[in-house]
Amino acid sequence: MVMPSAARLPEILSRFHRQILADWLEILQPTRDVRLPAAEMDAQCDIIITRLVQSCRDGNVTDIAAPGFEPLREILTDLSRTRALQGFSPRETATFLFSLKQPLFARLRDVLAAEPAVLAGETLAASTLIDQLGLFMMETFQRAREEVIIRQQTEISELSTPVVRLWQGILALPLIGTLDSARTQVVMENLLDSIVRFEADIAIIDITGVPTVDTLVAQHLLKTVAAARLMGADCIISGIRPQIAQTMVHLGVELNVVSKANLSDAFALALRRLGKTVVTQKRALPADAA
Amino acid sequence: MDRIPILKLGEALLVTIQVDMHDRLAMALEEDLTTRIVEHAAKGVLIDISALEIVDSFIGRTLANIAMIAKVLDAVTVVVGMRPAVAITLVELGLSLPGVRTALNAERGMAMIRALLDDNGLTSADES
Repeated sequence: MVMPSAARLPEILSRFHRQILADWLEILQPTRDVRLPAAEMDAQCDIIITRLVQSCRDGNVTDIAAPGFEPLREILTDLSRTRALQGFSPRETATFLFSLKQPLFARLRDVLAAEPAVLAGETLAASTLIDQLGLFMMETFQRAREEVIIRQQTEISELSTPVVRLWQGILALPLIGTLDSARTQVVMENLLDSIVRFEADIAIIDITGVPTVDTLVAQHLLKTVAAARLMGADCIISGIRPQIAQTMVHLGVELNVVSKANLSDAFALALRRLGKTVVTQKRALPADAA
Repeated sequence: MDRIPILKLGEALLVTIQVDMHDRLAMALEEDLTTRIVEHAAKGVLIDISALEIVDSFIGRTLANIAMIAKVLDAVTVVVGMRPAVAITLVELGLSLPGVRTALNAERGMAMIRALLDDNGLTSADES
């Protein structure tokens, strides 16, 4: 395959910089949005064209991974990252760059009208180049989105596995959300560290917030219980909802751990095991009533 | 060859593992401990593994074996001071040491042995 030549592209780009920029901004006019201030967008477009000229002049126009494209890649990365975080759609982000084609091709046509063969070559090269840059932008955009998702996942898993000290020697671990192996690991580490820190005898695992308990989740729970037992702490499982109890029995899941219907029953049992009792005191009459 | 010291403390034997266990050492410990239980007619064995950072399936199994041997010789075994990382590893290896009693630290382990001996061995090892 013959690589599209683009001998005239940098020269035309730099000669008609102003006009291309003006045309481009005009095309972008309807897509303007409160999320992106007008001045910022104008500046971005200007920089993109400037760096595009530099890059084409330095290197070839077919390989955007070349070092010559470094400054251009940098601004595009920055731009798509910001847009991903601002919540722009992929279509809006891609259209932004692809709309450069129209003014660019118009200029090429004007200048090279007399040489159709050269015009075709230049147009093809410019089109390929902008397509590649567009794809690069989309990849970065996607990656930025994924980073956001991963960060949120970590935050959720950290937030949703607190270990609460209910009493001296009694810990509660309210689980919220589905238990997968990665989360079980976090839960287990949190619980075991807290057992050491608070010198706990009993840990209550409350699964009120766990939507479903299948064989896998049960296995994860059992692992946590077994690990806590190895550290010398007993576990009580509480908060098994009626539907979950039914599902567990139908699935043949056996926990073989002391379980209570709700957290308060589990807490009462824990207190009893530690030899503590709760008594209701006769309330003293207020002084002025006597 | 290194040996792990076994101390006699009343009716109980105290084993503190301060070095990294390797297989030969674990086997030697099993043998020594069995002999000492019989020799002193010990009723309780406390194994402190708080200094143990690495366990493999062999060490895990040896601990379970020691507990079982002690039970045959009418002594209760309490393993104390297991580190969180070690506990996770053992569980992941599928070794949850069902016959072994555990406690958080040596103090509580000793209290547990005393409580069990006060019950005149009426408690069974498989209660949860």
